[in-house]
Amino acid sequence: MTTPSVPDLLEVTDLRTVFHTARGDVRAVDGVSFRLAAGETLGLVGESGSGKSVLGRTVMGLISSGPTTTVTGSVRIGGHDVHALKPSARRRLWGPEVAMVFQDPMTSLNPVKRVGTHLTETLRRHLHCSRTEATERAVDLLRQVGIPEPARRLRQYPHELSGGMRQRVVIATALACDPRLLIADEPTTALDVTVQKQILDLLGSLVAERDMAMLLVSHDLGAVAGRTDRVQVMYAGRTVESGATRPVFAAPEHPYTEALLASIPNLAHPPHTVLRAIEGNPPDMARPPLGCRFAPRCGRAAAGCTDELPLLVGVPGSAGVTGREVACHHPVGLSAPLEGNRHGR
Amino acid sequence: MARRFLLPVLELVAVLFLVSLGVFLLLSLVPGDPAVAVLGEGRTPAEYDALREQLGLNDPLLSRYGDWLGGVLHGDLGTSLVPPQTAVADRIASALPVSLELAVLGLVMALALALPLAMWSAYHQGGRADRAISAITFGLLSMPSFLIGLVLIAVLVNSLGIFPRNEWVRPGDGLGANLSHAFLPALTIALMEAAMFTRILRNDLVTTLHEDFILAARARGMSPLRIMVSDALRPSSFSLVTVLGLSIGRLVGSTVIVEYLFALPGMGKLVIDAANQGNYPVVQGAVLVIAVIYVASNTLIDRTYGLLDPRTRRARA
Repeated sequence: MTTPSVPDLLEVTDLRTVFHTARGDVRAVDGVSFRLAAGETLGLVGESGSGKSVLGRTVMGLISSGPTTTVTGSVRIGGHDVHALKPSARRRLWGPEVAMVFQDPMTSLNPVKRVGTHLTETLRRHLHCSRTEATERAVDLLRQVGIPEPARRLRQYPHELSGGMRQRVVIATALACDPRLLIADEPTTALDVTVQKQILDLLGSLVAERDMAMLLVSHDLGAVAGRTDRVQVMYAGRTVESGATRPVFAAPEHPYTEALLASIPNLAHPPHTVLRAIEGNPPDMARPPLGCRFAPRCGRAAAGCTDELPLLVGVPGSAGVTGREVACHHPVGLSAPLEGNRHGR
Repeated sequence: MARRFLLPVLELVAVLFLVSLGVFLLLSLVPGDPAVAVLGEGRTPAEYDALREQLGLNDPLLSRYGDWLGGVLHGDLGTSLVPPQTAVADRIASALPVSLELAVLGLVMALALALPLAMWSAYHQGGRADRAISAITFGLLSMPSFLIGLVLIAVLVNSLGIFPRNEWVRPGDGLGANLSHAFLPALTIALMEAAMFTRILRNDLVTTLHEDFILAARARGMSPLRIMVSDALRPSSFSLVTVLGLSIGRLVGSTVIVEYLFALPGMGKLVIDAANQGNYPVVQGAVLVIAVIYVASNTLIDRTYGLLDPRTRRARA
């Protein structure tokens, strides 16, 4: 709290995304808050179905209130209240303020459009530059994301490029208008393992060069570990633990974080060590369990866990330093229950 | 290279050969004696037989087909049996432009109606506009075309007097008059086709709009209209283009009802009148020309898939 003069680039406050489906209301994101400053990277981790992709899209405003969706809470990007803006005003943010890198480069580029068109139409839409100028900038962007022979690649179609090259193109289109915030939604999940590291390194260096903020959504803890400043662990639409990446991974407080980390195969383990997978599946978000949502799968669950929803509270001793928070009645590192989290429900 | 160009041409030749054989054999199935059709009832058997001999009807089937095909290949489709006994080629040359104009005009109008309706419908998928458009197109499809034509005539010609009811005017004799006369029959065709096109395109658009690249285009700040036209339309138009190709060929020969309603001297009327009179050379010639147009338009459509989707270009080479 020493530099309160600079407002954070991204402020998400008590964000909730509810889909109204035939099976009932699905609370995909259920009261998530966080902040992100320029130049900072935040990792959003959790299993499939934990609501992290929906959170990413709601933060951007791609998912907003409509006939089948209700979004409450607020998202402020660079001072703009994303969900209070008219759709046309919101579209003006998409490109210069916030951009997204999608999961699968095989499907996120239009198969009937040349690579160059994806870039130039974005540039012309937001920067209102001429065709020639847009092409020059596009060549430059492809060069920046490490694509050889950029001028020739511009005229090719997506199917003529490899998966890694396509994801570089997707990143180039996201960076086209110099966004201040980049949301990377599982940017390496669909790629070959050998290419994953290249793409993550590329994203990391581009973000650092441009002093962008990045929200890295991933289920791959390894991808998040070395490349983010802070990490937020999601379970069933809620934040279960957050803090600086290194301490969270070194000494997880929430049993879910601990279980996630334990389920990563480790080469240091002797052969034939049984991998500790997390039993069961994430809960049905149309009918979330009462109390702590992880309780049915949790090894540390006690009687009170299924009755009361634990709130996110600061971990004593470290709160002032790292902003470490956990939502658990029986955190791993502590023997006594935390003060102040028994007010939920 | 040889495979790419020679094979389609050979295919085309084979199809056209089969079509010509079919057209020729079809006529041996048609009831009625051509000699009676030409001379009328009440002549002596000898007179009928003499005419049959003169027309070559007593020759073996295969040699008659050979003679006919030889003529066709030299541009000679035979002579009309019924007065005026002009060359079949001339009769077709005067009827074909009418049908082609009607078909092309109708399809252009149908597309002009269907594209915006389908896009509007798909954009508001499940909404009020979508359901209304779906109901209207369904209604049009289940209505016989003569009913649409009759309603249009009753309202626009008889009641309001917006359109003329005089004889068909050829484009050469005044394009304005020609178009004002062609508009209503073309609209009758267009409404039917537009209903079908709208439904097909709307469904494909709905599928395409769920694709990741549409979400990605939104995330780049593109407007809904731009996404619809520049991102969604082309990948969604395969079924539409296929149906369009079938429609061109079909309309040239099957707008009979519309041609009768609006008193147009087109191909449909030519074939039906000739068939009723037992005027088989005219039927043969006209059906052959319609078949050629059908095959040609579909071959052309096949070639356009590569323009629509660059991924199919290499696969076809």
